Amino acid sequence: MTISRETAINVTLALILLAMPFLALQLGKPFYVTLATRMAILGLAAVGLNLALGLGGLVSFGHAAFFGVGGYAAGILASHAFAGQPLNLGLFALPGTNQMLVVWSVAVLAGGLLAAAIGVISLRTSGVYFIMITLAFAQMTYYFAISWPAYGGEDGLSITIRNVVPGINTLIPINYFLVCYALLLTALLIFALIRGSRFGAALQASRQNKLRVASIGIAPFRIGLVAFIISGMITALSGALYADLNRFVSPSMLSWHMSGELIIIVVLGGVGRLWGPVAGAMLFVVFEFVLGGLTERWQFFLGLALLAVVLFARGGLVGFLAGRMRHG
Amino acid sequence: MADAVLAVRNLCKSFGALKATENVSLDLKPGEIHALIGPNGAGKSTLIHQIAGTLAPDSGDIDFLGRPVGHLGVVERARMGLGRSFQVSSLAPEFSALRNVMLAVQSRQGSSFRFFRPVMGDASLIEPAMASLERVGLATRARVPAAELSHGERRQLEIAIALALGSQAFLLDEPMAGMGPEGSRSLTGFLDRLREEAPILLVEHDMDAVFALADRVSVLVYGRIIASGTVDQVRTDPEVRRAYLGDPA
Repeated sequence: MTISRETAINVTLALILLAMPFLALQLGKPFYVTLATRMAILGLAAVGLNLALGLGGLVSFGHAAFFGVGGYAAGILASHAFAGQPLNLGLFALPGTNQMLVVWSVAVLAGGLLAAAIGVISLRTSGVYFIMITLAFAQMTYYFAISWPAYGGEDGLSITIRNVVPGINTLIPINYFLVCYALLLTALLIFALIRGSRFGAALQASRQNKLRVASIGIAPFRIGLVAFIISGMITALSGALYADLNRFVSPSMLSWHMSGELIIIVVLGGVGRLWGPVAGAMLFVVFEFVLGGLTERWQFFLGLALLAVVLFARGGLVGFLAGRMRHG
Repeated sequence: MADAVLAVRNLCKSFGALKATENVSLDLKPGEIHALIGPNGAGKSTLIHQIAGTLAPDSGDIDFLGRPVGHLGVVERARMGLGRSFQVSSLAPEFSALRNVMLAVQSRQGSSFRFFRPVMGDASLIEPAMASLERVGLATRARVPAAELSHGERRQLEIAIALALGSQAFLLDEPMAGMGPEGSRSLTGFLDRLREEAPILLVEHDMDAVFALADRVSVLVYGRIIASGTVDQVRTDPEVRRAYLGDPA
């Protein structure tokens, strides 16, 4: 079997991202480890979005909601664990926790539930209306977080000590990077499996022609909803990781800027491409850091890059390097 | 009427003042090709949309396989075995012909909620899909993206998809459109055999094909069926000649 060009590019991207923090330590620049971790986490968030946007053609402008909910799940659980007070959920009380495995599960569950609620309404619309309604829902969560003083309101919520994984000291930056990187690879594996599966076939066909899919007896609404939920879960997981990286959660994770950044990342890297979101996240963080160090107006140049991609390289970075996507 | 596969009774649909479907009744019996003809704007597509479930009629009943289906959506009707081909669009233009048909096989098998097993190694999808492509003569083009198929080949693909669905009845909307004479002839031969499998409600402008194939013909003009019967009956019907075939007599 020959290795396709896209596979070669994917492996290269994977190795570059993996090598970056180790190289940074060698060069005595530990800060770059944090940058690489940021790339992995934003990449993971964008992998989630890519499932809805790339495979299903669901242009969600509200994925910040899932990202932020994951972040708040981590922040809230950690704050309760720190204060030693259980979290009162009305019917039962949930003890706070600083165990990442628990935090992740809660984040994924919360993201999935929120995506189900948002999706069940939003997926009745399409096109611009879908974009606007997902944006509206995400802004609702944003204003909810701002006006909820128990968890910091506008000021956000600090995580005093980074949550823990049994057997791994996550306070060491490189360890935490590897945790995030492993989760990113897992999410990519899930994305690849879904893309090649029956569900993936139905999802991608729904993007191409909803009415025709219905006419052969497959309900595009149900397919889209399940995809939207899985997508929200993945993005929520990345939100929990992001909160633990910064040891801080704030409503800005929920704002529409975040949703926009995730779309930009997916478009920059390559919509629907397996490693597109990771390529996009790497580019985005490089832009943010390098240009952001030179000028406050780095987003102007990000805009130019986005313009170039939209005009000249519709497949994003991965599409530009690997050529058109083949479906077999 | 009892043994009709598909029965439409007193169907009405208006868009404002325009009566697109006016008290239409027709049925489709096992083994037959029932052609629906009429000038442009006669309401043929509107009627097909209502039968398929993409458009809700204002009143009237639709029975399929002896069950009322008026309240069911497109997906449910398709799952019951109402196969439909379209005039222009492809199912999934980015997918290969094979993957398009595999999607139909997958739908017939009942579950699209399988997340992990790769479809491209799944013989239970590939084999029936290839068999359908072979029947319509498209096997050699199986790996070509649907968007790159010629117009005629896309029509063949539509039929292959309908076959793979195991449909109990076919609604074929202008399958001959855009086909060359050679393609039309071979498709005519194919449809002739297809009726054994399931009856066909055929909307078609190609009169040679209609007269060669149809067991019965219904003529739709301004939303009303003005004549219905065998090819010879319809051909000689004075009202049809006046309204449709352009005969001044």
